[in-house]
Amino acid sequence: MAPVLSLSHISKGFPGVQALDDVSLTLERGSVTALIGENGAGKSTIVKILTGIYTPDAGTVNVEGRDRRFATPKDAWAAGIAAIHQETVMFDELSVQENIFMGHMPGGRLIDRTAIRDRTKELLARIDADFAPETPLKRLSVAQKHMVEIARALSHEAAVIIMDEPTASLSRHEIGELFSLVDQLRDEGRAILFISHKFDEIFRVSDRWVCLRDGRKVGEGLTAEVTEPELVRLMVGRPIDQVFPKRDVVIGEVVLEVEGLSNATEFADISFELRRGEILGLYGLVGAGRSEAMQCVFGLSQPTRGRIVMEGRPLAPRAPGDAIDAGISYVPEDRQEQGVVLPLGIRANITLASLARHARGWFLSSSSELDATRALGDRLAVKAASWEQPVMELSGGNQQKVVIAKWLATQPRVIILDEPTKGIDIGSKAAVHAFIGELVADGLAVVLISSELPEVMGLADRILVMHEGRIVARFARDAWSAEAIVAAATGAVAADRAA
Amino acid sequence: MSWLAAHREVVLALVIALMVAAIGAYAPAFVEGTSLLGVLDDTALLFMLALGQMVVILTRGIDLSMAANLALTGMLVALVGQHGPDLPALAYIVLAILIGLGFGLGNGVLIGGLGIPPIVVTLGTLSIFRGMIVVIGGGDQVNASEMGRTFQAFPHKALLGLSSVFWIALAVAILMQLFLSRTRTGRGIYAVGGNPTAARYCGLVLERYQVLVYAIAGGIAGLSGYLWVARYGVAYSEIASGFELTIIASCVIGGVSIGGGVGTVPGTLLGALFIGVIVNALPTMQVSPFWQMAISGAAILAAVIINARAEAHPDKLILPEARRAAAGARG
Repeated sequence: MAPVLSLSHISKGFPGVQALDDVSLTLERGSVTALIGENGAGKSTIVKILTGIYTPDAGTVNVEGRDRRFATPKDAWAAGIAAIHQETVMFDELSVQENIFMGHMPGGRLIDRTAIRDRTKELLARIDADFAPETPLKRLSVAQKHMVEIARALSHEAAVIIMDEPTASLSRHEIGELFSLVDQLRDEGRAILFISHKFDEIFRVSDRWVCLRDGRKVGEGLTAEVTEPELVRLMVGRPIDQVFPKRDVVIGEVVLEVEGLSNATEFADISFELRRGEILGLYGLVGAGRSEAMQCVFGLSQPTRGRIVMEGRPLAPRAPGDAIDAGISYVPEDRQEQGVVLPLGIRANITLASLARHARGWFLSSSSELDATRALGDRLAVKAASWEQPVMELSGGNQQKVVIAKWLATQPRVIILDEPTKGIDIGSKAAVHAFIGELVADGLAVVLISSELPEVMGLADRILVMHEGRIVARFARDAWSAEAIVAAATGAVAADRAA
Repeated sequence: MSWLAAHREVVLALVIALMVAAIGAYAPAFVEGTSLLGVLDDTALLFMLALGQMVVILTRGIDLSMAANLALTGMLVALVGQHGPDLPALAYIVLAILIGLGFGLGNGVLIGGLGIPPIVVTLGTLSIFRGMIVVIGGGDQVNASEMGRTFQAFPHKALLGLSSVFWIALAVAILMQLFLSRTRTGRGIYAVGGNPTAARYCGLVLERYQVLVYAIAGGIAGLSGYLWVARYGVAYSEIASGFELTIIASCVIGGVSIGGGVGTVPGTLLGALFIGVIVNALPTMQVSPFWQMAISGAAILAAVIINARAEAHPDKLILPEARRAAAGARG
């Protein structure tokens, strides 16, 4: 049978990163193809090329025998490719029918409301959805929103449907219903590209699989002929060849103790100890609850149970200020959104979390602020015209240095780094890794939240793995393997290897 | 354009100077010394009120109730002046600040404590305050003859050719400059407005700052309420009606960003002066009152457009030569 869609020798690069390197992939009518790979393997880049958000540097996209070039998402829709995303991107304030027909309303200049309602009814009936076309989208659950997206795909008569981790926020029951819908779409003869981290789902719905690693295709085949350990090996199977700084740090006494920390919906029974000079890796899939648990330690949310002990004293931070005072810093993942205050100058940004140190009576001492700024700015090699320059004029890399300087200025004993190398090129990554090494050499204790396995394995002294809000495995440096860590993170097995 | 953005206050001052010169060429009486001092005197209340509004806008908020707070507080102290014994002027001033502060605190608690959007809260309290004036005043106005001697005399006291109202405005401006540029709380106001999320990670709680800034705006409105009523010798329900928009316009002309986190005391003062010059000049040029509103509206719009263009997307300084050039320009 001729494939409905084929990608041939696709490559796509970004400054510093080759996201896809000579990847070929075919999708067939009436078949579900699972696309698997670690975070950063290139799965999302493929989705973005297929939906017209990126154009490939090299290679061809062929749909039903014709070569296509998608300059815009609309071109991809027109070619019959529809995508259902992890977090649905739709219009919450509009109704179901308006969402389905947004961008291709029937009628001429005036919208034909009756036609929209009738066609929406018909589409919803085809997928057994039990809500009315007029329902506002904000009243629907995530699972129901997925059904709206599927209806939207059907309204285009899409031959190819991409599902990018569609089960991420669904309940077990809803997942079951989604899978029957996938079966139905396959029986109608559509080609489906199913992206998931979860092996049980891949074995439940897919007919074929394709595995990516570091932007290359490393294997493909029929799902019936493969086993889970084989897939895990393919996903991670590479020597960890990045060079990580060799550290010679003596691990000291316990600084931070967390015991049974839980909240209602995000994480449960988080317990660990952190010692001076130690890097504790916190690994898991995106959405496993790692950041949420650590934000609770930092006082950004309140636990329902559990306790925190910092340097021997109980700590119950009601707001980040309490945690900062106790000696904990949190460098957040999104530096523009959560890190810098763009209109303020470098000095004001760097001293923002430690202003109390520069207060002399009622007033701030600008000379004391400048001393601190100069010391940290020079140490981190911030490149700027002057220390008063607004941070919005700095490049992304320099903004990042300003954020790190701000947190070091609080003189923390524990520093939580949330995805510190996300979205930066290999050269900057090496610099960040070296810097983390310096931090622990200075006697800090580091919690490293990272979704990049080589990074965690290269830097951490111990690794905790979280899955669906719980710590499911603990590994000591001499007792871990990439396969075991990934297996735990994907929920394949729960392991506890004396750590 | 980047020079313009960095030296906005200088540009605005030049524009105002050019405007005064042009008006002087047409109506020489306007540029005589006493007449120019009269503009400063007349704009003094707007200076103060605009500074109060600026602090609110810095936190991404807006206070539409300032003029109504002014009118209500003015009525309340006028009633005290009417029915009470002759108190020293300082007592009226403190009383007015406290009353206005209380009303502002109400705004702050509704906004910061209950999380209701500022525009909704202050639109509501605007109506409440205006309505209250009629209720407590019984629909009547309090006239100059009923207010008490010290009550009325204070705003007309003069020093160096300027009234006490101007000197109070100057004191407010100096305190505000010290507060915003030299204290932890002042720095925090810029931070919570510039990026609330980042500020939260630094332990700065937006909600607390909201309570504070609306209280400050309220206190300034209350102080202005006494000065306004005493200066013009009348308190009634329509005092300063619509003035909230003039206050906000002063801020915007002065370069205060509605998006929060950007704005300076000198800029805001110049913004208020810009409006003060136009409002005072047009009558001396025998422009009809109907045209006056349209012309000042157009001038405000022009100033805002120039500001918006200066603010749009500053380029990042990544090239080393660009960084060096910027360092030179900054001195």
